Amino acid sequence: MDFIVDIIAKYSLVRMLISFLLIIAIVMLNAIVMGYLERKICGRIQRRWGPMEVGFHGWMQMFLDGVKLLAKQLIVPREANPFLFRMAPLLCFTPVAMAFAVIPFSESFYAMDLNIGLIYLLAMGSLNVFSILIAGWSSNNKYSLFGALRSVAQNVAYEIPILLSLLAVVLVTTSFNFKEIVDYQSGLLSFWMCQPVAFIIFLIAGCAETNRLPFDLPEAESELTAGYFTEYGGFSFGLFAIAEYGNLFIMSSVATIMFLGGWNGPFGLDFYSGPILGVFWFLLKVFILMLIMIWVRWTYPRVRFDQLMNLSWKYLIPFSLINLLITAFIVKII
Amino acid sequence: MGTLTTRFSTIQDPDEKHRFLLNMGPQHPCTHGVLRIVLEMDGEYAMGIDPILGYGHRMHEKMAECRPWSGFYPNTGRIDYGGAIPYNHGYCALIERMAGIEVPERAEYIRVITVELNRISSHFLGVGAYVIDLGAFTPILYMFDDREDILDALEDITGSRLTYCHHRVGGVSKDIDDVFIRRTRALIKTIRSRFDMYDRLVTGNIIFQKRTKDVGIIPVEMARRYGATGPVLRGSGIGFDIRKNEPYSVYPEFDFDIPTGENGDAFDRYMVRMLELEQSLRIIEQALDKLPDGPVMAKVKRIKLQPGDCSFSVEAARGMLTYYLVGDGTNVPYKLKIRVPSYSNLSLLEELCKGSLIADLVSAMGSLDLIIPEIDR
Repeated sequence: MDFIVDIIAKYSLVRMLISFLLIIAIVMLNAIVMGYLERKICGRIQRRWGPMEVGFHGWMQMFLDGVKLLAKQLIVPREANPFLFRMAPLLCFTPVAMAFAVIPFSESFYAMDLNIGLIYLLAMGSLNVFSILIAGWSSNNKYSLFGALRSVAQNVAYEIPILLSLLAVVLVTTSFNFKEIVDYQSGLLSFWMCQPVAFIIFLIAGCAETNRLPFDLPEAESELTAGYFTEYGGFSFGLFAIAEYGNLFIMSSVATIMFLGGWNGPFGLDFYSGPILGVFWFLLKVFILMLIMIWVRWTYPRVRFDQLMNLSWKYLIPFSLINLLITAFIVKII
Repeated sequence: MGTLTTRFSTIQDPDEKHRFLLNMGPQHPCTHGVLRIVLEMDGEYAMGIDPILGYGHRMHEKMAECRPWSGFYPNTGRIDYGGAIPYNHGYCALIERMAGIEVPERAEYIRVITVELNRISSHFLGVGAYVIDLGAFTPILYMFDDREDILDALEDITGSRLTYCHHRVGGVSKDIDDVFIRRTRALIKTIRSRFDMYDRLVTGNIIFQKRTKDVGIIPVEMARRYGATGPVLRGSGIGFDIRKNEPYSVYPEFDFDIPTGENGDAFDRYMVRMLELEQSLRIIEQALDKLPDGPVMAKVKRIKLQPGDCSFSVEAARGMLTYYLVGDGTNVPYKLKIRVPSYSNLSLLEELCKGSLIADLVSAMGSLDLIIPEIDR
């Protein structure tokens, strides 16, 4: 056992390989768990059971769906650009997996400890829009193109409030490193208490950034059939779905790290935390946030596109700017 | 039909050169069936709208000319599968008017009860599908829960759940029993108790209001010009309802209101439907209270349709439904014309949505509550 720990500590390549495998496993597992949870919870919200047939309460349903998607033929539409069409799902999936590299699940359970972890993660998160644009453009479908165009405008509009609200936290901690940000919140303090405006803005903008209802305009099934992935089937569709849940996980974990105190136990109780229990607290917080997003998704109708833009440019961005300004003043005074 | 495509191919104006045609349907989630709409799009704005019908055409009117009037009767329920009983009722009442048949009072009461139950289930279907158009999937499942109760109750007496043949010329085929009455009273109670939830889940929802208020405004003059009826017309503020304006059956004996909107926007049309649920419940309650005893079927001999014509209008769930029949002395109609509400309501669409966002088009079209097989007959 010590021998293995030694090797991992000594050779960063081994650590990278192991973390790479773990990350892929976590991304896939997350999609399966979230897919199952979403179907079950939306079933409960809608007074029905959700999947019940395969296994106890249908727990194996997502595995079977995965197998079904894998078994399907990958159809490329006749007039589509085959190279870009096949690239888009991979481009959607890869940045999500890469972003997982810097997420610290607990103080020792992480793949990479970057001093610009936050910036790296946001950069990976915004690559998502390229894949959507490529998917929409290359499938040669007017509905897909609509979805892609909407998605670009939406992502541009909502990345700004995300950055501004996170910047307010960074101003206090004076660090982009996730570990330092979490360490800053080790006591009773976590940032949702002293930065409630930033927290709420981040949650709303995060919902929009992950293209989920009420902001799922790139997909908007009643207007655009399925938006940018209308033409996708089989596992290329599956990759989009996995990436969507991965993005959801990333957004929730950023919110957890930045605002909810990461792997720290609640109420500053030190004896509850530790490398293993930390993972538990971290995942608990992340999953509560994701469940809130599921809850919102199955309750609200979809906003219109101009209303979506208004929300960002007229309310979220000004408020987050004011919040940033006030934070800067207070930090300067203290 | 198809004029938009022709126009599009001859566009010369450089400002319009970047426009493109978008086919919405015949397989599209928001058209609720096989309606195809060709849109001339300028970005997200629909500058030209051209509904194309005929994908679900079944020649109902021609079928009526080819068989005895009784053979056509089951077809009437298939025209509008959402609210089939008013269609049955209208056809039976038409034949009764033509042959001069008196219907027993108990049968008329049963007809009113079933028609109103069907109206409620149809409004639940329409409103639920509308909310799905706006992106919220959950409300329809609650509405279908209530609708399920109604369908179960109707199944008990009519034997079917969607397309009924319960009304017969001269009365109804089966009397209602105590079980049905108890069940109906219970479901009236449950549906009433749900109104509050719908208010909180749908009506009061800020996003829902933003999506429907001031969207698809139908001025009174426009509604008149296109002959819109039903909730579409009442949403614009005109309280026109055949049940009040040309009373038929035993409707004059009941006390109910005709809810109307003010602005004629999608929200008003939605509200009219929701308020009509309560009025229909009131009618059913009164009918159950007053239900007289007696036979449910008149003595009907073989009916030959007299030479001459006759028409009968009823208030279907989506508006005014008129049957117009010309007889030639045989028992096969010489001509049967069916005036369906959705056809007129659809014809509004082009003027209503020209130049609007595609999302508003979906919202406005959903609020018209179209049933496509009814338009295509």
